[in-house]
Amino acid sequence: MLNTFMQSRLRGLIILALILVILPAFLGNPFHYELVTQMAIIAATVVGLNLLVGFAGQISLGHAGFFGLGAYFTGIATGTYGWSSVPALVVGAIAVGAIAWIVGRPILRLKGHYLSMATLAVGFIIAIILNNERALTGGPDGMPVPAFEVFGWQLSTFGSYSLFGMEIEGFQAWYIFASVVLLVAVWFALNLIESPIGRALRSVHGSEVAASVVGVNTAKYKSLVFVISAIYASLMGSLYAHFQGFITPAVASFEFSILFITMVVLGGMGSTFGVILGAVVLKLLPQVLADFQELEHVMFGLILMLTMIFMPKGLLPTLSAFVSKKMRKKAGGEA
Amino acid sequence: MTALVEVKGLDKAFGGVHAVEGVSFSVEAGQVYSVIGPNGAGKTTLFNLITGLYTPTKGEILLNGESTAKLEPNELAERGMCRTFQQMQICMNMTAIENVMLGRHLQLKSNLFTTLFRLPSLRRNEAAARKRAAELMEYVGCGDYLDAEASAMSYGALKRLEIARALAAEPKVILLDEPAAGLNAVETAALEELIRKIADQGTTVMLVEHDMKLVMGISDRLLVLNYGRVLAEGTPEEIRQNPDVIAAYLGG
Repeated sequence: MLNTFMQSRLRGLIILALILVILPAFLGNPFHYELVTQMAIIAATVVGLNLLVGFAGQISLGHAGFFGLGAYFTGIATGTYGWSSVPALVVGAIAVGAIAWIVGRPILRLKGHYLSMATLAVGFIIAIILNNERALTGGPDGMPVPAFEVFGWQLSTFGSYSLFGMEIEGFQAWYIFASVVLLVAVWFALNLIESPIGRALRSVHGSEVAASVVGVNTAKYKSLVFVISAIYASLMGSLYAHFQGFITPAVASFEFSILFITMVVLGGMGSTFGVILGAVVLKLLPQVLADFQELEHVMFGLILMLTMIFMPKGLLPTLSAFVSKKMRKKAGGEA
Repeated sequence: MTALVEVKGLDKAFGGVHAVEGVSFSVEAGQVYSVIGPNGAGKTTLFNLITGLYTPTKGEILLNGESTAKLEPNELAERGMCRTFQQMQICMNMTAIENVMLGRHLQLKSNLFTTLFRLPSLRRNEAAARKRAAELMEYVGCGDYLDAEASAMSYGALKRLEIARALAAEPKVILLDEPAAGLNAVETAALEELIRKIADQGTTVMLVEHDMKLVMGISDRLLVLNYGRVLAEGTPEEIRQNPDVIAAYLGG
């Protein structure tokens, strides 16, 4: 039975769910919960980005732009105009998807460095708009965002709730909510990858010519995955805004875009669970390295460099190859 | 009977170099039609023109009577044309069988909703596509690689895998660009067998190949190119006796 489980398609998802269930036992205070909730939201964003980068082989150095647009759409719609959270989230995602489609059609004709530059520019433009439209966004000072709300029920980090008779704090409720969101995001990504659409996306990465001669409309699929990954970013940006309660244009910044890409590359391009690990490591590392004070950034850079030199395929693919090699050796030794 | 593929006065210039110049011929449905010629004669360029990867400088290509001038390669695939490459185009980021399943792309209509929720209809279609792909891999003779990553396959097996992928699309006409290149004698014999099987099942085969024994053995008609121009066209028997061809090949 264990064997069939280990070969099951959803093995990784089940393991992830177990980790998320067990994790609170190791979380001592609200700060821990805050960190892990942020990790989950960011992880779901990079799972979406990985569809574009890891599977379809296209690059985006401007994805924080879409994340930021989602965050600000929610901030403005719920804060300034009093919308409910879910319509704001959905309409925001549709709007961002439409923007990604309009922008994506022309720029996805570019390849390699040129596509990097174009997506970089998209991110910059969005960040500049968020900085300058003071009347709407509050400019560089940022803007407050109300708590997540559905039909009058609020999910606030400061509230307290009861779940199946258990009393839980607001930050714990947010952790549960973000965990469920991450699991759904991963499930969708896994389903997408293992489908005709997913194969078409991967073939664009593997060989665009091969894809086109068997009938794959490569331009269409590139746009599609660009839009999907932008929608992931927008939805997660909206949740992030609600969770933080306050947003600044930093959510759409170049640094944030680079952080997303680094998570994908470090964790393992084309590995859905790898990029989650990438998100966890990159969120955790600054906390761990805080002791080094002024050397923090040097250490951070050094660790990234060494990882990429010795694990060019990323953390999880390298580790799992290592483990399965060990296991094969062991099995071979016993036989 | 109208020709399945008809090429009229085709011209392709790269800068000042005419890779293909004034080429006309037609291929009837069900034929094995080969294009031969010395290196640099324009054979692969001709295939790239026919399959829509290049745009002709002049001239016209008709597929089933329809001009292909404005069609992208994927639209030609929708109309029943598929090919393999001299420089193999395999998706090394996928497993062997997924490469073949990719060939089923046009048969597998799916939308985002059924995909995201992995509804039963999608699972059924996927299972059927996987079964069909496995059959095709057996058919072309790479049944040993059903569970393999594409990157773990040998050169000869990859060549056959590429043919399986093209066949998965159920083409009316399949273009094979130097399928025997780099194969040993045993593999070439197996390939000849395979091409014959494909043709016998009613698929039109167009072939670019250097292996004369293979080409003369299986072709219904041949087109000989030299410096981008048609040197001769006809049955294997006619080509063998054509003095121009003998001169070009033997330097006589």
